[in-house]
Amino acid sequence: MAKNLTPKTTILDAQQMARIIRRMAGEIVERNRDLSHLLLAGIRTRGVPLAEAIAAEIERMEGRKIPVGVLDITLYRDDLSTVGPQPLVKGTRLPRPIDDCVVVLCDDVLYTGRTVRAALDELVDFGRPKAVQLAVLIDRGHRELPIQADFVGQKVPTSQSEIIEVAFEATDGAEQVRILERGTPG
Amino acid sequence: MTPETSIRWRRKDLLGIAELSPAEIELILDTADSFSEVGERAIKKVPTLRGRTVINLFFEASTRTRSSFEIAEKRLSADNINFSSSGSALEKGESLIDTALNLQAMAPDLVVIRHAHPGVPHMLAKRIKAGVINAGDGAHEHPTQALLDAYTIRRHKGRLAGLKVAILGDIEHSRVVRSNIHLLTKMGARVTVGGPRTLMPAAIEAMGVEVAHTLEDAVRDADVIMMLRIQLERQGRMSFPSIREYFQLFGLTTARLAAAKDDVIIMHPGPMNRGVEIASEVADGPYSVILEQVAHGVSVRMAVLYLLSGSYEEAA
Repeated sequence: MAKNLTPKTTILDAQQMARIIRRMAGEIVERNRDLSHLLLAGIRTRGVPLAEAIAAEIERMEGRKIPVGVLDITLYRDDLSTVGPQPLVKGTRLPRPIDDCVVVLCDDVLYTGRTVRAALDELVDFGRPKAVQLAVLIDRGHRELPIQADFVGQKVPTSQSEIIEVAFEATDGAEQVRILERGTPG
Repeated sequence: MTPETSIRWRRKDLLGIAELSPAEIELILDTADSFSEVGERAIKKVPTLRGRTVINLFFEASTRTRSSFEIAEKRLSADNINFSSSGSALEKGESLIDTALNLQAMAPDLVVIRHAHPGVPHMLAKRIKAGVINAGDGAHEHPTQALLDAYTIRRHKGRLAGLKVAILGDIEHSRVVRSNIHLLTKMGARVTVGGPRTLMPAAIEAMGVEVAHTLEDAVRDADVIMMLRIQLERQGRMSFPSIREYFQLFGLTTARLAAAKDDVIIMHPGPMNRGVEIASEVADGPYSVILEQVAHGVSVRMAVLYLLSGSYEEAA
């Protein structure tokens, strides 16, 4: 499948991203006084560098290391029976038992909400967290499930023909958020 | 481990290792890694194959392989049904093709089959829409066993390429050895097979292996030693004078391990005949990874079930 995408605008550069992540880290600390039970869980792929960036900010502000886990929601997807070969599974890793933890799910973009639904289903297979919160860098609307984020970096109204591309240094070699337009096929 | 497996699984069936590419083998092993983690959870179950039906069709006795598949299917939330040879319609005179058509009418998503005759899974795969997994066909192939062996080796050695693997015992009657030779040579390991001449197929060298006729020659500098079961039930006649003599010449003992590498691992696909091909001191000793193989079998079979349950594209 050829990716027929044309870049439209850059909505965040590296500096703006860093500022937003700092603000989100602050909000997470403000809302969760007891940091000893906090766990950040990044949803693969780009929720992971977001979770790590937030954890680094919290450590800078509070001098406290927050454990970061990785969730691969592939096995919980609701579209596995649709046409196409199976997506790659890369594995889930949680650094500690999640019972009685406040788990903050981190993802780069909140769109239909289906990924978050899958992540919630996966989390409960690991235990019973005290609470689950959701942090996303970009909320682009178009929800298909009743799911909202607790911490939002930026709301970006989009049309469904557009694609939000979040790039992190760790995964993509650059830090920026762009809007791409799906080209007409042919 | 590859940095990024970029290929996708596009086959309907897993019938043998012979037709797989190194990249496909790598994909299965990488996928199995993720499923090992599921086996370590408190709740060892994921909803991935919910609503899918898997039929386990065992025309030949099996405890380990069948329960391994069953556990893998259950951990993926598939519904599974077991048929075994005793009491099946086949015993009542039904032809294999009729059995296949009847299975097809039940619309399963996957069929796991073991049969005493080589090629039966292939025939079934052509007749039914469901994906077919070969769980052993005669002395031909046993692909998931080779995959779990490779997975176990990779967990210990980090790689397959460049390793010296000695496979010892009844080479003639073993489907495990055939699948393993295909897999290991494709992945760049050096394979030496060893055993009595009467249990060594002619021209086995054509498969790209070396042949040793003494145990000592076979295990020299080996990174991995795989013992095979002496399959008395598959032999029309005894191929060696006595079990006692076999053990004296080809039984793996601690003393005979000395020639192998210091960090050698000992494998056995089971069921073991202690005191025939392997001494208890070795089977239970520090180099043995035999029980790990069993544990990894579940992860590898989960990976295969998962990959085969995607929709595939017909070969153009």
